[in-house]
Amino acid sequence: MEFLGLYNYWIAVVLLMSGFYAVIAKRNLVKKLIGLSLFQAAVFLLYITMGKVEGGTAPIFTSASAEQIFSNPLPQVLILTAIVVGISTTALGLAIVVRTKEEYSTIEEDEIQQMDCQENVASE
Amino acid sequence: MSSWTPHLPALQVVVPLMTAPLAVLMPDRRLSWALATAASLCALAIAIVLVGEVRDQGNIVYEMGLWAPPYGIALGVDAMSALLLLVVTGASSFALLAAPTSLSHEVGHERQSYFYAAWLLALAGLSGILVTADAFNIFVFMEISSLSAYILIAGGPDRRALPAVFKYLVMGTIGATFYLIGVGLVYMMTGTLNLADMELRLADVGDVKPILVAAGFITVGLALKAAIFPLHVWLPNAYTFAPNVVTVFLAACATKISIYVLIRFDFFVFQGNLTAHDWQFSYFLMPLAVLGILVASTVAIFESNLKRLLAWSSVAQIGYIMLGASLVSAAGLTASMLHMFNHALAKGTAFLALSCLALSVSRLDIKNIGGVARRMPWTMAAFVVGGLSLIGVPGTAGFISKWYLISATLDMGNLAPALIAVILLGSVMAVVYVWRVVEIAYFGQGAGTITDDYIQEAPLAILIPTWIAVLLNIWFGLTPALPVELSTSAAELLMEHLR
Repeated sequence: MEFLGLYNYWIAVVLLMSGFYAVIAKRNLVKKLIGLSLFQAAVFLLYITMGKVEGGTAPIFTSASAEQIFSNPLPQVLILTAIVVGISTTALGLAIVVRTKEEYSTIEEDEIQQMDCQENVASE
Repeated sequence: MSSWTPHLPALQVVVPLMTAPLAVLMPDRRLSWALATAASLCALAIAIVLVGEVRDQGNIVYEMGLWAPPYGIALGVDAMSALLLLVVTGASSFALLAAPTSLSHEVGHERQSYFYAAWLLALAGLSGILVTADAFNIFVFMEISSLSAYILIAGGPDRRALPAVFKYLVMGTIGATFYLIGVGLVYMMTGTLNLADMELRLADVGDVKPILVAAGFITVGLALKAAIFPLHVWLPNAYTFAPNVVTVFLAACATKISIYVLIRFDFFVFQGNLTAHDWQFSYFLMPLAVLGILVASTVAIFESNLKRLLAWSSVAQIGYIMLGASLVSAAGLTASMLHMFNHALAKGTAFLALSCLALSVSRLDIKNIGGVARRMPWTMAAFVVGGLSLIGVPGTAGFISKWYLISATLDMGNLAPALIAVILLGSVMAVVYVWRVVEIAYFGQGAGTITDDYIQEAPLAILIPTWIAVLLNIWFGLTPALPVELSTSAAELLMEHLR
């Protein structure tokens, strides 16, 4: 049962690997970015889940709440920062995809590689 | 002045970070450039003062907002970070001094103020990684520097910069996320993010398996960022299609900062707490370093695009740096640190010379530069000195670190002859790829020979920073006392943490 009891970690692992698979296997640049976001989101979950204490509440300290159990707020704060980093990465990635579309009129990696190869040959 | 000096570790990051938005607001691109250069030179001055302080008083610890670590975030400068602060701020300053001449050919005037802002953010991020003592801070600064590096590279004039930078973005993000997973696992087991505190608390952790997994994630993630063979595939195209001065900046310091984090994290946190970890570190990285030196040098020999040739040479030089580190000895780490410094000088100079060359030669291809040295003697002479330093000829900076590396391998017993053979073979290959360029530039005749009159020597504005870099190569080749002293104390510091 311990195996299933850690289901929150399993969710993170499955998400992580699906995202990683999409980054590697998909040839479309936007799909790659979706995979990358999923990959990052899995790590966010990993952090959030480790800060959770069963029965814990929000860590707001008052005299009445001195006896209560709190969830660890630090991982959540860290992940807030990591989410900002993730969003910036995705935004920048999408901006590059837009520029790629303008220059190559495609966002399929194979076609871009083919065009680049021709360009390399032409310049020699 | 003296009341400012305690705050220098923070100012090292704050100055470029705060100047970045101002650079965007400037009404004219020349003002943006002046501001960026002033901030970068100021950062260089701070780094020089910090180096002086570290040499006088040892490690500097700065408690951010007077919150004592491990609860507050601490900044710290020791010999290792001081040495690399010199590299980062120096590379940025030299490249920025050369920037206005070189950039006007590559980046549109209206986009240049944004460009300088991204540059300053990259500088702030790279210096931030070096001064912080907090594992999560390193991640944030790493992403600040990487995101701005993607922007800088994507500014290249060739459209092939876009797929190159996309590849870099994907691989860089995977690397950073791996690092984040590793930090998360260590945090799970210790409940701290401060590197020094982590080391102490790890000693009480009963089950070291998650720590081992964390070490794996962190090593692989940072190896991706550092372009350690075979995770280097993003590097050649990113360096080739970036604007020339960006290549000068990034080639001189970006990958080295990731190597710095890799070495620091491993020695400060893991070496003292995992059984036989020196062994694991060594046997994982040494084969990769050796393969990197041999394979990348071979590719460089057959490469005809000059920038890509030097980029492949960078992959090989990262191999030397990792080879030194993978010996896990004081001598090896000294050689590794020294080579980070000296390679930055050599590669920076070589890429600066290429930036000069690019002003007159439309395509930086080996076939286009026949006899160019007759028209641009100063540019090509700078390239020759950079190349000699890259090879490791006595009298240049590159010789010193190769010498230290070879003497470090002598302690390796049975492996010593093989490792020395690899280092020497790598140097011979460097002779071959540098000589190919030099031969054609000086003696090239027949097809592709430069005959046009419009090809002339680069303007002084870019030749002067290039030649200062050239002279520094020779200066640190003849009087290597400063980098050697810093590298030695950095290596001692790292070895203290060994189990």
